[in-house]
Amino acid sequence: MTFAVIVFPGSNSDYDAFHAASAVVGAQASLVWHKDTSLGGADAVILPGGFAHGDYLRTGAIAKFSPIMAAVSAFAERGGPVLGICNGFQVLLEAGLLPGAMVRNRGIKFVSKMVPVRVEATDTPFTGACRAGQVLRMPIAHGEGNYFAEPAVIEALERERQVVFRYVDESGQASEAGNPNGSINNIAGICNARRNVVGLMPHPERACEASLGSADGRVVLDSMVQAFAAGVAGGRSLA
Amino acid sequence: MRARVYVTLKPSVFDPQGRVVAEALHTLGYGDVRDVRQGKFFEVELEGDDRASAEARVAEMAATLLANPVIESYRVEVL
Repeated sequence: MTFAVIVFPGSNSDYDAFHAASAVVGAQASLVWHKDTSLGGADAVILPGGFAHGDYLRTGAIAKFSPIMAAVSAFAERGGPVLGICNGFQVLLEAGLLPGAMVRNRGIKFVSKMVPVRVEATDTPFTGACRAGQVLRMPIAHGEGNYFAEPAVIEALERERQVVFRYVDESGQASEAGNPNGSINNIAGICNARRNVVGLMPHPERACEASLGSADGRVVLDSMVQAFAAGVAGGRSLA
Repeated sequence: MRARVYVTLKPSVFDPQGRVVAEALHTLGYGDVRDVRQGKFFEVELEGDDRASAEARVAEMAATLLANPVIESYRVEVL
C-alpha cells in the first residue's frame, strides 16, 4: 500500500512521516507537493506536522486552500483514510474535515515533550492494531494544541466515540495533571463520524523506533497497513 | 476604498494571551483591569467605490479566511 505525505511550505515532519511509513513500517510512501492536484493513486494520506505557510493568520488557515486539499477532501469523502498529525490535524480542522478548532495552549508556552496518550477507540484505520485503552508514549510539540469545540459538539464527539486519543497522566488517568495544553476533556485526537479521517496532536511518526525514545507510535501506521491488507483480502477498497 | 475587519475570540472561548496581558497590566499597577481579550485587526484596500458591495465582499472574506467561525467573530467597517 502507498501513503501520500502532503508537503506544504513550512511542513517539517514530512520526511519523518515518509521515513516512518516507508523505512520503518515497510509500506510505499510518496511526497506530494501542496500545489499538486492529484494524490497519485495513494491508499492513505498523511498531513504532516510543521508550520504550513508559516502558521500565518491561524494554524492551517492558508493550507486549507492549497490546491491539493480539494483532492484530499474528495478522497476523504470517498471514505479514504486520512491522518492529520499536529499541524496536519490543525489543517483538517480549518478545512472542516474534522469538527472544532485549536486555540493557544492554556499556559501560553510552546510545549515540546514526551507524553502518555490513551487510545480511546480502536475502530479507525489508524488504531485498529491497538488495544482498547492502550497508553502510547509519543512526543507533542505545539503552541496551539488546546482543542476547543462548543459544548454540544463535545457532547456529540463523546457520545459517538469520536475521541480517539486522550492525554493521560502517568497512572493512565485523563486528569488535569495529564493535560499538557488545556484541551477540553483531555482530547488529543478525534475522528469524523465516518471514522476514516483521524487527527491528533502527538507525533506517532516521531516515536516509531526505540532510538527515538519510543516506538509506541509505530502502531498507528501499522494499523493502517493492516486495515489495507484486510480490505484487500476482503475485496474491499478503502477509497 | 478601505475596509477594516476586527476579529475577536467568541466570549465562550478562553483567551490565554489576553489573560497574560491582563496579568502583566496588573503587575504594572493597573489594578483596575478586569479582563483583556486579544484579537486581530485587518485593513483591506479595495478597488471600486460602491460601499454596500465592498461591505458584502469584505464580510465574505472575513467569513471565508480572516476569521474561523468556530472560535471567532468579526465586525466589518467600510471607511
